[in-house]
Amino acid sequence: MNEANNKLDTNTFIKGLWKENPVFVQVLGMCPVLAVTNSATNGMAMGLATAFVLIMSSTLVSLLRNFIPKQVRIATFILIIATFVTVAEYLIQAISIDIHKALGAFISLIVVNCLILGRAEAFASKNSVGKSILDATGMGVGFTFALLCLGGVREILGTGTFFGIQILGASFEPWILMILPGGGFFTLGAWLLLFNYMKERKAAKMQEATA
Amino acid sequence: MNESLSFIFINACLVNNFVLAYFLGICPFLGVSGNIGTASRMGGAVMFVMLVSSMCAYGIHLMLVAIDAPYLQLISYIVVIASTVQLVEMIIKKFSPALFRALGIFLPLITTNCAILGLALFQTNKGYDFIQSLIYALGAGAGFTIALVIMAGIREDLDIADTPKVVRGTAIVLMVAGMLSLTFMGFAGLGG
Amino acid sequence: MNQAELDKLVEAPNSWHMVRALAGIGLMCALLIVTTYELTFETIKQNKAEVLERAIFKVVPGAQSKTTFIVKDGQVEKLQGESNSGLKYYAGYDDSGKLIGVALEAAGQGFQDIVRVLYGFSPDKQAIVGMEVLESKETPGLGDKIEKDETFLKNFEALDVSLNESGDNLKNEIIFVKNGTKANPWELDGITGATISSKAIAAILQASASQNMPFLNQNIENFKQQ
Repeated sequence: MNEANNKLDTNTFIKGLWKENPVFVQVLGMCPVLAVTNSATNGMAMGLATAFVLIMSSTLVSLLRNFIPKQVRIATFILIIATFVTVAEYLIQAISIDIHKALGAFISLIVVNCLILGRAEAFASKNSVGKSILDATGMGVGFTFALLCLGGVREILGTGTFFGIQILGASFEPWILMILPGGGFFTLGAWLLLFNYMKERKAAKMQEATA
Repeated sequence: MNESLSFIFINACLVNNFVLAYFLGICPFLGVSGNIGTASRMGGAVMFVMLVSSMCAYGIHLMLVAIDAPYLQLISYIVVIASTVQLVEMIIKKFSPALFRALGIFLPLITTNCAILGLALFQTNKGYDFIQSLIYALGAGAGFTIALVIMAGIREDLDIADTPKVVRGTAIVLMVAGMLSLTFMGFAGLGG
Repeated sequence: MNQAELDKLVEAPNSWHMVRALAGIGLMCALLIVTTYELTFETIKQNKAEVLERAIFKVVPGAQSKTTFIVKDGQVEKLQGESNSGLKYYAGYDDSGKLIGVALEAAGQGFQDIVRVLYGFSPDKQAIVGMEVLESKETPGLGDKIEKDETFLKNFEALDVSLNESGDNLKNEIIFVKNGTKANPWELDGITGATISSKAIAAILQASASQNMPFLNQNIENFKQQ
């Protein structure tokens, strides 16, 4: 592999983490993002499950991309995704019933996460297997990272703990609001605000530099 | 489980509103809540698809229990619901062009919406019978429409308000949704 | 089953390639799912049994082993294999195999949604000796105190459910009282800030106990066989 190709590959991986972060920048796959991020552990578990499905289905779609006719591609993608979600659901149950109980029906709902179908359609069906895996891993890690950010903030403010460990001291009065559904909307809104603000500042600086 | 029909309806519609308490169907909630007209038509379409898919899911569930294959649940739900809605769409197009114009363009958009699949999964988890499932679907659809229309109303006003540049777009919509969600919590306890 | 759905999908433009792709992928997916299901089946079953056992041993303190019973045609029977229908009675025994309690599930309307609980009944004490919330969507931080609040859970060290003279109902209904005003063993001391949720627990237990206690007492001999 030559130098230029290598560089492209790192970029394929990195962009999902930050520049095209599926949650903060593309605002995709909102339902699981908001519903199960009331604690860092749940957010993490959900992120990993989604990443697993994303990577596996991207790999398979990319492997089969020349075998699938255009007209039936969406149907086959959904079939493949649904398969891996079912697999993930059984694996989670085998690993820990408690996690399965906490995530509930939202594991099954990974099927309709627009992010996965979007990556299959926009990237995996047009690129080589290696690249697709990189892209899916990047997106998956970015998604997990975002869920962890949301879950972390909500858990710390809502219960004073992080991954179940008390960090804010006993005198801290938890903001119950944060672990209620409304808190999910507020937290994501606040993160988006932060991203908008940083984008604006960067744009303003660029303008200054050119002027 | 013996739950009264009115309890199921109120619960699905207000107390555990699909959008504001379960976060299902957020994509259309953010996407098409721009004006009230579109929002209410979208709500109608969702309610319709929910009814159809609720019936499908009930049938599939019976079949899967009969052949003892719980592992096919997810895959068959999504495939059957998507194809049924497509079929229904064709039928409407043929027999009632007026209705198709009102609902039609939304139908393909919402077949793979989380709210639809979520409804099918929840009704199975809760073990509802046929009538209960239908009422549950009606309630969920009504709840979705209510949330969407309220949101659209607020956004119409928000558009002409002088908001700071950084909050414009999705950020402020999410904040408003958060407040709506808190408001809807006040309905808790209504069903009992 | 799967095949029929796939055929439906390709109904309109019926070319060999599409059928081949859909059928091939459908087959592959089916294989994947079934393999995973078979591989994880035993572990999942074991996990679920462990969770249930943990809950039963918690609501029947001192229990070392359990046996599951069902009621068939008015007769108490040991459960053979698996069954998803009907109420199950989980009898808990101590080291020497003596029956010390029977656990059963109950459910009812809470503040947000249905609340499911498991409670343990001690025939010696004629009292509920433990309660565990299996499933609830009560408001975090407020209503979910029914799962954690220590003074509330103290109610279930011995909640009186003894029968009346004719033996067909409870002598005293399980009733809810305001926090700190519990005067009788059949009263349930509520939680401040989670009044409706704790009231719901009282109602759920009352409904289930008045229905099941007379039956349990009449048939208690049947449960003694481990």
